[in-house]
Amino acid sequence: MRATLDQIGSIARRSIVRTLRQPGALAPTIIFPLMLFAVYSAGAETAEKLPGFPDVDYTEFAFAVPFMHVALFATGIAGTDMARDIESGFLQRLALTPIGGVSLLIGQVAGAAVMGLIAASAYVVTGLIVGVDVAAGIGGWVILIALSVCISFAFAGLGLAIAVHAGNAEAVQGAFPLLFATFFLSSFALPRPLIEVDWFRAVATANPVSYLLEGERSLIIVGWDAPALALGFGLSALIAGLALMISARLLRTRLVRT
Amino acid sequence: MRAADNSIEVEGLVRAFKNGPRAVDGIDLRVEPGEIYGFLGPNGAGKSTTVMMLTTLLPPTGGTARVAGFDIVREGPKVRRVIGAALQEVALDPYLTGREHFRLQASLLGLSRAERTRRGQALLERVGLIEAADRKTGGYSGGMKRRLDLALALLGEPRVLFLDEPTTGLDPQSRSALWEEVARLAREDGVTVFLTTQYLEEADVLARRVAIIDNGRIVAEGTPAELKAGIGDPTVEAVPHDPAQRAAAAEALATIGTPCAAPSELGVSVRLRGGAADLPAVVRALDGAGVRLAQLHLHEPSLDDVFLAKTGRSLEGAADGAEPVNPPR
Repeated sequence: MRATLDQIGSIARRSIVRTLRQPGALAPTIIFPLMLFAVYSAGAETAEKLPGFPDVDYTEFAFAVPFMHVALFATGIAGTDMARDIESGFLQRLALTPIGGVSLLIGQVAGAAVMGLIAASAYVVTGLIVGVDVAAGIGGWVILIALSVCISFAFAGLGLAIAVHAGNAEAVQGAFPLLFATFFLSSFALPRPLIEVDWFRAVATANPVSYLLEGERSLIIVGWDAPALALGFGLSALIAGLALMISARLLRTRLVRT
Repeated sequence: MRAADNSIEVEGLVRAFKNGPRAVDGIDLRVEPGEIYGFLGPNGAGKSTTVMMLTTLLPPTGGTARVAGFDIVREGPKVRRVIGAALQEVALDPYLTGREHFRLQASLLGLSRAERTRRGQALLERVGLIEAADRKTGGYSGGMKRRLDLALALLGEPRVLFLDEPTTGLDPQSRSALWEEVARLAREDGVTVFLTTQYLEEADVLARRVAIIDNGRIVAEGTPAELKAGIGDPTVEAVPHDPAQRAAAAEALATIGTPCAAPSELGVSVRLRGGAADLPAVVRALDGAGVRLAQLHLHEPSLDDVFLAKTGRSLEGAADGAEPVNPPR
């Protein structure tokens, strides 16, 4: 057990160092969701007047969006890093050591999770500057960051699965628009009951991204909403577990050491 | 005495890919403990596939192999514990420093903190990378990357070392330094070295024995001297100053050796049974015939000649799928 934890720690340290040494990739990942947030909150203010819209500013309603966006970027970062390891042969270098597949995968997503932590912290500061009032208070800010890191971890796991399956960075980047589409087919812009188009509402209801967003949003506009938080944390754990399980299976095919 | 066994034993090893040719087609070989064994062949001959199987990174589809006494299929983790490998691609993380590579690999190998530092420092010194140790490897030259790769392969103090084309792309100075280090490992530390290369000189200089692989099969094996001796005696080529004296030169040389095709159009050649010892007689015969020489060359058989004799192709051109220049013997 100790050896396994050491291995995870070593791979995680490398993943974090690698992520932090790519400021060119890290900065846009943090800034782009903020820009989108500015566009949403400025352009959809009229939604506040819809009957049934929560009794909050649209800025506060939309504030969960960048936290979710950064998780989507985590998919790309973790997936691309893994794909590069496969392409460069670094994975074979690791395969010559006694490291286990699951340890390798868990360690690999650490960089993306740390990126999620840095981004979420930056968004909290931004929220404080623009006057976002988090209904759950100071503890709510902390849990918001924690949930954001969990979601980033889960989506980074999806990135790994794509990378291990495809074995190249282009495939990971190609999957990114698809993930972005799942975001837009969620309750990111409006509460689900207020979505008028039936098929869109049905898709948003079936889309796990809606519940992850609503978990984060609940802290901002509702306060301590246990069911919403349980769904948010539970789904992110489920996605992470499934993604790592699939990645581990795929890794056995990719890394056929005897 | 399995624990001290640093040998490599391979019997009928095969690797067939789906809908493709057999990359390795039933090879047999034995590498003695502490020996440097050269595995020579052109690109695509099956060298790297063999290394991948022997390092447990690719399961064979037939045959058996034991590395340091452990079966590569049934005892993969035990094999990995006693080997080091520098594979064909120098796989380094460009965002990590040289020292960080050591830390990562040492911790994955389960070395204690003290041991990590001690071995890392010693190896960095040995390959001359102390000053560059805290720089990111993305800025290293090709030679520095190769040296770091070799040092990382030695981190686990391996009993058997696999080097897959370790000097490809290196400048002569870096190549020579790496050869020196590999030779020292075998000589002083008793490490068995399995070295693949497409450089004839490398195999000639380093390896005690050489196997030549082509199209997945070993076509010749032995010491470089044995292999070269096996294809015939050295030849001497005389190029007269006046081309009109070619016939006179050929007549004079025929008294010393067996006539054979000359490498150049201007010269005449004979095969010398006595090798370089026959040169004085050659000079005397040509002088006696009044032939004024422009050039005189003694051609010792090379491993390329061995490759040519065994496959009908020159090693230089074989990588590009060149057609046979002579039928195989």
